[in-house]
Amino acid sequence: MREITLSQAVNEALAEEMRRDPTTFIIGEDVAEAGTPFKVLSGLVEEFGTERVIDTPISEPGFMGMAVGAAMTGSRPIVDLMFGDFIFLIMDQLCNQAAKIHYMSGGKLNVPLVLRTNLGATRRSAAQHSQSLQALVAHIPGLKVAMPSSAYEAKGLMKTAIRDNNPVVIFEDKLMYQDKAPVPEEEYLIPFGEANVKREGSDITLIATSSMVQVAEKAAEMLAGEGISAEVIDPRTIVPLDEKTLLDSVKKTSRAIVIDEGHQSYGVTAEIASRLNEKAFYHLDAPVLRMGAMDVPVPFSPALEDITVPTPEGVADNARKLCAGELIHAA
Amino acid sequence: MAKAKAKTKTNTEDYLRMYRQMVRIRTFEDNANQLYLSAKMPGLTHMYSGEEAVAVGICEALTDDDRITSTHRGHGHCVAKGAEFKEMFCELLGKEEGYCRGKGGSMHIADQSHGNLGANAIVGGSMGIATGSALRAKLNGDDDVTVCFFGDGATAQGLLYEVMNMAALWNLPVIYACENNGYSEYTKTEEIAAGSLTARAEAFGIEAFKVDGQDVLAVNDLTQKLVARCRKGEGPFFLELETYRYHGHHVGDINREYYRSKDEEKDWKQNRDPIVRFRGYLVEQGIATEEEIEAMNAEIEKDATDAVAYAEAAPYPDASEVDMHVYAD
Repeated sequence: MREITLSQAVNEALAEEMRRDPTTFIIGEDVAEAGTPFKVLSGLVEEFGTERVIDTPISEPGFMGMAVGAAMTGSRPIVDLMFGDFIFLIMDQLCNQAAKIHYMSGGKLNVPLVLRTNLGATRRSAAQHSQSLQALVAHIPGLKVAMPSSAYEAKGLMKTAIRDNNPVVIFEDKLMYQDKAPVPEEEYLIPFGEANVKREGSDITLIATSSMVQVAEKAAEMLAGEGISAEVIDPRTIVPLDEKTLLDSVKKTSRAIVIDEGHQSYGVTAEIASRLNEKAFYHLDAPVLRMGAMDVPVPFSPALEDITVPTPEGVADNARKLCAGELIHAA
Repeated sequence: MAKAKAKTKTNTEDYLRMYRQMVRIRTFEDNANQLYLSAKMPGLTHMYSGEEAVAVGICEALTDDDRITSTHRGHGHCVAKGAEFKEMFCELLGKEEGYCRGKGGSMHIADQSHGNLGANAIVGGSMGIATGSALRAKLNGDDDVTVCFFGDGATAQGLLYEVMNMAALWNLPVIYACENNGYSEYTKTEEIAAGSLTARAEAFGIEAFKVDGQDVLAVNDLTQKLVARCRKGEGPFFLELETYRYHGHHVGDINREYYRSKDEEKDWKQNRDPIVRFRGYLVEQGIATEEEIEAMNAEIEKDATDAVAYAEAAPYPDASEVDMHVYAD
């Protein structure tokens, strides 16, 4: 199978869906000729014109709100938010408006829009361009949240998101834009709420999102050399969450670590770990561990920044301890 | 998209409909206030009384295909855009037959069938939505116009300036209708707004107009012209409508002399009431007799009483509805 980058996968998904559905358009900062700073959208304006690939002023709440209004009246906007950190600028339009309009209207109004943005530290971009804020939006009922872990997921999830009748937030890992993965030439969609078992194992389950799937896979590889069999699961969407696949795995392995690049406290890892504790308690031989980013603003200095995110070594170390019964009281 | 011809104000029928709609709003609000005072309504509501000529003057210049976005003080917009009393009172009382199945309440009534995209409980929260609706119209080649209602208080929100900038850059068919009732919640507008409101729109190259919001014909006349120009791609426009809210910020804001005097309220009610003024005009012009007007008022009063009784007796939504409509299929 051919291999393409995550960036190309997103671009293909957008182009295919925009050809398929004339009500779609892209709106955001420097999306047209510039193709975004990450060049993910390069070429789209040439095909679809500036009417459907719309450059805006630097007015995030403004264009987010306009996307909501366009979505309510028949369009399917794809909003490009240059950095995930800018979610704080659009919170009212995303969380008070987009997320609630279907419910507040008793189901009469729909808001079918996609918010494309990114996450991920270690790009030496400091505290306002490095955050992974998926927990913030996952907390708000009415929003769906997709977290692709490779080019394959990025394409399939994006196509599903564009066809969904709800506001969907997609976080792409900005460090993975140039990473290649096998992506079929023929069309495919990845349904929401279906986790992917990336690697089967029997001793411990590593549940990892987005950028952390690679980290978990590397940890699993290290552990395999030591005789520890780790299962790696990528939920792919955290809202909706495929609880069943996660629970089935944990019931089999009896141990789990949940890894996500958002801050650990009150985060995605906490939510998933809590559900496992509530629903698989008697199957567990060890507390479910959370591994998120440290609870500090992301520092600039490489010497500091690299310490803040989970690493394969850190995951493997915790997995060894859980399997050896060393962390029974550590959770 | 096919459009009905915009209504004109040049015949008796249109004038009487404008009068009727203003009285319907006032009557709706009087009944809503009673529901609050008699503790029959859950929560609070914000009365539109006094501002009727704004909503009616504007909405009578629109068709059902034209959209509006409304505010927390939104019952007037909802009635003026064509909503029914029954579904409105049901919504205010949290009943299943309400426009939003009781899930929105007073501050979130939306009436999709008449192009009302909904009231909004965030001050200024719908400016992006209105402008986005206009963007959709332009992209699709639809000829509908969107009117964004907001108050003077909302002019302090930054979102307005972001979306006016884009609307002006892209010539979007949107009319920003600022209902300046002189008070930003419990504070005089002059204490929160520097300079001129219309000048702010003009800074973006948007044509802005100041109009007497108590004169329904003046509002309607101007809006008809602006709507027609919007349909020709000459939007956006900005309107500042000078008006007055008779009640407090909300129904519970009763002792309000610390921020505005009873004399001031009395002056607006006695000398500038939009319904009294228009009624006088209709009689003077021989469009209706006092008797015909009284009969119309009585009929509207009865409609409201019946709708309130209906809503009071109507069932609440079943508990199973609580997690319905979080996500669309």
